[in-house]
Amino acid sequence: MTTAVQAPPRATVGRPAPRKDSKALERAAGWARRAPLLPALIFIVLVTQLPFVVTIIISFINWNSLYPNDVYFGWLSNYVNVFTDASMRNSVFTTIILTVVVVVVSAVLGLLIALLLDRRFFGRGFVRTILIAPFLIVPVAAALLWKHALFNPEYGLFNGVLTWFFGLFGATAPQPDWISDNPLVAVEAALIWQWTPFMMLILLAGLQSRPLDVIEAARVDGASTWQVFRYMTLPHLRRYIELAALLGSIYIVQNFDAVFTITSGGLGTANLPYTIYQQFFQAHDYGAASAAGVVVVIGSIAIATFALRTVSTLLKEENR
Amino acid sequence: MTTTAPPVPTKRMPLTAFPSPKELARAKRARDRQSRTKRGMLLGLLAWIVGLLFVSPVLWMLLTSLHSETNAATNPPSLFAPLTLDAYANFFGANSGASPWPALINSAMASVFSTAIVLALALPAAYALSIRPIKKWSDVMFFFLSTKMLPVVAGLLPIYLIARATGLLDSVLLLIILYTSMNLPIAVWMMRSFLSEIPVEILEAASIDGANLFTIFRRVIIPISGPGIASTALICFIFSWNELLFASVLTSTQAITAPVFLTGFVTSQGLFLAKVCAAAIAVSFPVLVAGFAAQDKLVQGLSLGAVK
Repeated sequence: MTTAVQAPPRATVGRPAPRKDSKALERAAGWARRAPLLPALIFIVLVTQLPFVVTIIISFINWNSLYPNDVYFGWLSNYVNVFTDASMRNSVFTTIILTVVVVVVSAVLGLLIALLLDRRFFGRGFVRTILIAPFLIVPVAAALLWKHALFNPEYGLFNGVLTWFFGLFGATAPQPDWISDNPLVAVEAALIWQWTPFMMLILLAGLQSRPLDVIEAARVDGASTWQVFRYMTLPHLRRYIELAALLGSIYIVQNFDAVFTITSGGLGTANLPYTIYQQFFQAHDYGAASAAGVVVVIGSIAIATFALRTVSTLLKEENR
Repeated sequence: MTTTAPPVPTKRMPLTAFPSPKELARAKRARDRQSRTKRGMLLGLLAWIVGLLFVSPVLWMLLTSLHSETNAATNPPSLFAPLTLDAYANFFGANSGASPWPALINSAMASVFSTAIVLALALPAAYALSIRPIKKWSDVMFFFLSTKMLPVVAGLLPIYLIARATGLLDSVLLLIILYTSMNLPIAVWMMRSFLSEIPVEILEAASIDGANLFTIFRRVIIPISGPGIASTALICFIFSWNELLFASVLTSTQAITAPVFLTGFVTSQGLFLAKVCAAAIAVSFPVLVAGFAAQDKLVQGLSLGAVK
């Protein structure tokens, strides 16, 4: 019995396929190529795309889990809520400001630090290593660190340093309440601290991929440091800056940890992810939370389109 | 150096009273070099200062975690207070309070298992996208990437409802599934970039010698791309370990993870700063270790393989 089962495949493999089967064989070869990909692809479609389809459906339904008997199709009423509700609208603005400020400031700082690290100096490897550390602190832990150990008005490091510094001159130090005075800036500061290393790493890799012979040639021809930076380094870095900024935006638009921990969304720092979390967790308004989720996705698609284009140029370059 | 080497210009020296243009240029270059080394030292110093400035909150956290509660909460800060491990003992549950071990173990399980599944799924997928690519491989790549751009929060509610219906709510298994989907696109992109670095000739030679797919994986791909695969794993581990939003919504008691434990940790009104710092250090420790281990490939991973 076993020989009878094993025989046929051997025969077909050895002989050239008949014409009738050639298409089927081709198709089989195509599937053989695709087979290793399929588990990952199916998994990702099931776990990431399906829930989102459900979100779109729920976003059209008026559904508050506190009133389980009052669930009905509400057309666009949830979307109207999202755009008329003041807190929702504010959280849209907060998200934009938070993302733009954090991305721009950390990209500029990251670029400056990358330029510093691009030159040879004593202990360069060590400085690079310690600069990565802020990125490797668990985000919640970093937020707790900033909230309690740095910003705290009574015993935080910032006010401690102020006391110590003014004490040198025998003056009384101002003791600002950092988080209450500038809540959004406080959140931004913590995020900038964490994301500058990320930007720095990508930009440093960009700097180190510059064609050094061309720059050397420009120097010999008498180009100043500024000219080399402005006309050679910056154009070369452009795509790296775009990539760093866009990847950063994708993560920071979704930021939840810092807002949740430092201000609990209070004092006008609630961004969209936090507001959605709140709608869903505290207000139990499933419909509104879903509609807000769809709005976030549409916003992200705008960023993502640019991001994909940037990444695709890098990918093409690599394959050239 | 100038005395030992007799280059052409020095020979010509006696002929002209004035230094030749070449010599002038050399003198200028020497002067430039001197001022450049001076500036270089200053910039090096600046780099050190910036580096120390950035790491100072981490050092402050470390120092505070080693102080007693009363010494941690002084103004101005007491830098030279005696060191103690009380805060760590306190965090790990020496005195009352919940033990962090269940949360740490849950985090470790969710991170390690999801990373293992990610590797098992991403490695074959990357093979089908780089070594023997399917027809529209770049479309598939961008599909993977686009899922990463879909905000997590948008799928939160359906996931919650599905998890509740299937009884997966508050289970580590649910977190493993979600973290796998969260990291799979990153891993596919990273792995593809590592696999496409393998020379085609080696793979062809192996398959001509009659090696089957499994043998090629075991004897060729894994040895060559080993470091890349390892750093992919470390980065996936870091992202899973750090995750807060899913964990805080979908777990309550059984499957609580370390970041969730941290958020629920600061409730007491007394002095707790040293304990918070100790907790933050303890929870960040695995990430710091993994991150520094993956340091060389960190850029390539974070940029999804786009930057080398």
